[in-house]
Amino acid sequence: MIDGMLARLREIVGASGVERDPSGLPRVVPDSTEAMARLFALAHGRNWRARIEGQGTWLSSDAPADFAVSTRGLDRVVSVSPADLVATVDAGVAMGTLRRRLADDGMWLAIDPPGRPERSIGSIVAAGTAGPLRQGFGPVRDHVLGLSVVTGDGRVVRAGGRVVKNVAGYDLGKLQIGGFGGFGVITELNLRLRALPRADQTLIARASRDHLTSVGRDLTEARLALQALELFSPAIAAEPDWILAARIMGTEDGVAAEARRLTSASSLLWQQLPVERASSFWHLSARAVLGGAVTLRLGVLQPGLDDSLDMLAATLDEGLITAGAGSAGGIRWSGEARIDALRALRRTAASREIPMTLERAPWAIRQQLGHFGAYREGVGALVSRLRETFDPGLLLSVALEGDGDAR
Amino acid sequence: MKESLLTGLAAIVGPRWVRHRRAELATYTMDGLPTHESWPGVVVIPGSRHELIDVMKALHASKTPFVARGAGTGLSGGALAEGNAVLVALTRLNHILSVDPASRRAVVEPGVVNARLSEAVLPYGLQYVPDPSSQTACTIGGNVAENAGGPHCLKAGVTTNHVTDLEIILPDGSLARLGSTHGDAWGPDLVGLFVGSEGMFGIACSITVRLEPIPPAVRTMLADFPGIRAASEAVSAIIASGIVPAALEMMDQSCVQAVEASIYAAGYPTDAAAVLLVELDGQPEGVAAEHAVVEPLLRAHGARHVLTAESAADRARLWQGRKKAFGAMGRIAPDLVVQDAVVPRSALPDVLDRISEIRDRYALHISNVFHAGDGNLHPNISFDRRNLELASRVREASREIMTVCVAAGGSITGEHGVGNDKLDYMPLIFDAETLGAMQATRRVFDPGERANPGKVVPIHACREWCASPAARGNGRQQHGSLAEVAHD
Ligand SMILES: Cc1cc2nc3c(=O)[nH]c(=O)nc-3n(C[C@H](O)[C@H](O)[C@H](O)COP(=O)(O)OP(=O)(O)OC[C@H]3O[C@@H](n4cnc5c(N)ncnc54)[C@H](O)[C@@H]3O)c2cc1C
Repeated sequence: MIDGMLARLREIVGASGVERDPSGLPRVVPDSTEAMARLFALAHGRNWRARIEGQGTWLSSDAPADFAVSTRGLDRVVSVSPADLVATVDAGVAMGTLRRRLADDGMWLAIDPPGRPERSIGSIVAAGTAGPLRQGFGPVRDHVLGLSVVTGDGRVVRAGGRVVKNVAGYDLGKLQIGGFGGFGVITELNLRLRALPRADQTLIARASRDHLTSVGRDLTEARLALQALELFSPAIAAEPDWILAARIMGTEDGVAAEARRLTSASSLLWQQLPVERASSFWHLSARAVLGGAVTLRLGVLQPGLDDSLDMLAATLDEGLITAGAGSAGGIRWSGEARIDALRALRRTAASREIPMTLERAPWAIRQQLGHFGAYREGVGALVSRLRETFDPGLLLSVALEGDGDAR
Repeated sequence: MKESLLTGLAAIVGPRWVRHRRAELATYTMDGLPTHESWPGVVVIPGSRHELIDVMKALHASKTPFVARGAGTGLSGGALAEGNAVLVALTRLNHILSVDPASRRAVVEPGVVNARLSEAVLPYGLQYVPDPSSQTACTIGGNVAENAGGPHCLKAGVTTNHVTDLEIILPDGSLARLGSTHGDAWGPDLVGLFVGSEGMFGIACSITVRLEPIPPAVRTMLADFPGIRAASEAVSAIIASGIVPAALEMMDQSCVQAVEASIYAAGYPTDAAAVLLVELDGQPEGVAAEHAVVEPLLRAHGARHVLTAESAADRARLWQGRKKAFGAMGRIAPDLVVQDAVVPRSALPDVLDRISEIRDRYALHISNVFHAGDGNLHPNISFDRRNLELASRVREASREIMTVCVAAGGSITGEHGVGNDKLDYMPLIFDAETLGAMQATRRVFDPGERANPGKVVPIHACREWCASPAARGNGRQQHGSLAEVAHD
């Protein structure tokens, strides 16, 4: 059976595009959107269940499937336009590679997602994982102008475009951004870029958690223009104390003035990090999120931060935590946790109107808990109809909702 | 329209709020676009969320198509209904339900007028950023449906970037609560999917928006250029410098002259080929530093003068001309088609040249006023729709302009939507499969296709997508097809 399957797969993507993963499962590595579409059309016809993999640095490759498909072969930076500040890239391109390529032309993509630099841009977009820069530049969806996606039955949908403003037709891309691959495989992206800022400064301060969240409140009330204002737990920062980190970007004079305002607006002792240290600080804290097998995020705004951090400490632990201390809010937790503790957290959070999204976890947990869950009125029905529309055989092995969780 | 439906609707909202006599319907036959006209069967104007839900249930029970309508300022014919459909006017649902300054959120009913929301949150030092030029009239519900933009959306984003939470009434009368007040959602981004769906997924009945602090410092500059190409190159240079102004707007000579001849005269130089309005905002030092970069850039690209507003009054005057430009252009001829398209910024100079060439070839009066910073063009054609030959030239020229913008890598609309006006242009930018995906997505929300029928997606150009099993199950059979409704 496997041999016949491998033969068919080779016909579709060529011999070099088919391999076996460590467990012996066929893994297909298409090198174009069209090859991906042919693959899924075939799989749909045969009722083969697929597991989607990126660079394999974020989510464990453990969803049950008849074959795996990797976006690793989709590795081209197709075009970069400095004049229009737009890049077209394949979904398998690693974030670190893209960052270097754009910097050569004086540009950048204003996102700093957790994980390693090898993480693919497709994985970041599919999981909608934003980092501290969401304070200044918004969530991942704000950086995507258009995308191509292959549906579960092998259709190619090209949503959006390459211009920064566009309301032609329904905004289908939004379903894919943060859709965890439940509505198709993202193969190509048009990304909105920015010119590299003239100045980029990072300042950090150490204190107790409560003190730092209250400083966050003061700074927000004082309306400082910070691109990031993120709280880090001692474990994530590898420091004895909690850390508040602020990032300021703009012109030299503007940044210097804002840094002065920051230091005078709070009683904290702020330390300005030299360029090299600032960059390694952000990189290491992004990578430290991988220190636990489970990562989840809570949608919570600043006024609810203290309570939600207490809730996390009570239900899980106070280990690897980052939290938006500015107006954007948001908490990310990583660690080891039993399924019932996670369930309890989602329940408690829901009772406070706080959504909990499971970002990464071993399949056993994803399957039972789902990336989402505790849907609000009417949402569960819409989501399952959307899934049936974009993946008619439900052959994409993705647990959007946990077992028996969907309402 | 069936008598029983009229009686049923009157029982819900009161007879006063059901309009069906021809004279009563006249105000609802057009939106802001003078080229389309259509008479609805009935207009119903619910006075509360409850009434709206009951109206939707009644329409569902009788399989009646419906069209939501806010202020009717739309520019793509989106809020027009045919005789077999009921127009659901939302203007009485105009309450600001709550404002939470600490979380920077407000919850509003769909009929709240855009400018009223910003006025209401001003005492907290906050604002609702998306500011369509029609903001003194258009509704937040209409903004959500069209994903409206405005001059100040360059830095801060358009409607979709400012809506966090939506309660919607689906066409079958059931409710769905999309998104979450707290930013991150409870599931896939259904708010993102709904915003811009032009009234075809259901009716937004409660909208939570993000509010932003009013920036402590603002600097508004007016730069005038001897050539439109130079002005567009200045736009590219500013963006490439890494500075994102709060607003970056362009007006060409024809537009400037119309403004200066009107009561909204702002002191723009009428001999300039183009003027740019550039606004920087933020903290005082940051704004000063950006000003020190932008002003020389403007001059280096050929600006004859760069005037910086000295006072709030100066600033308001500079903006008034821009915001009222459409009104001013309205005086040029009886009718004005406000076109809307987007091009990559780098294509602006060439595309503007092509538009001038099209204008000359069709012998039309075209004025350009637009959001230059994001390449969102508004070539506006003044004409008299009673002159049929002229009207047909306007149509032809519009199509050519769209084709030019698409060929440059752009889009057929940046903020006004497709409605029924741009249906035919959709295949210029989307293939049959993608159009099919749009139609299939619409059926997820509205299996009976009763919400705003016939708009946005040209059905004939779609590749067929199977309706999902669920949609088939509680969809067409239950609601009946449009054809059946039309026979009622
Ligand atoms: C002078 C002028 C200037 C303009 N300037 C701008 C501008 O700068 N930027 C911009 O983006 N637009 C602009 N517009 C266009 C228009 O004002 C916007 O599209 C606005 O969002 C429409 O709001 P409305 O309340 O008038 O909606 P309507 O015209 O009544 O309806 C528009 C669409 O929304 C749907 N709809 C309305 N309410 C709801 C609801 N609650 N739920 C679901 N669907 C609904 C309708 O069915 C219709 O399809 C301008 C228009 C004019 C006349």
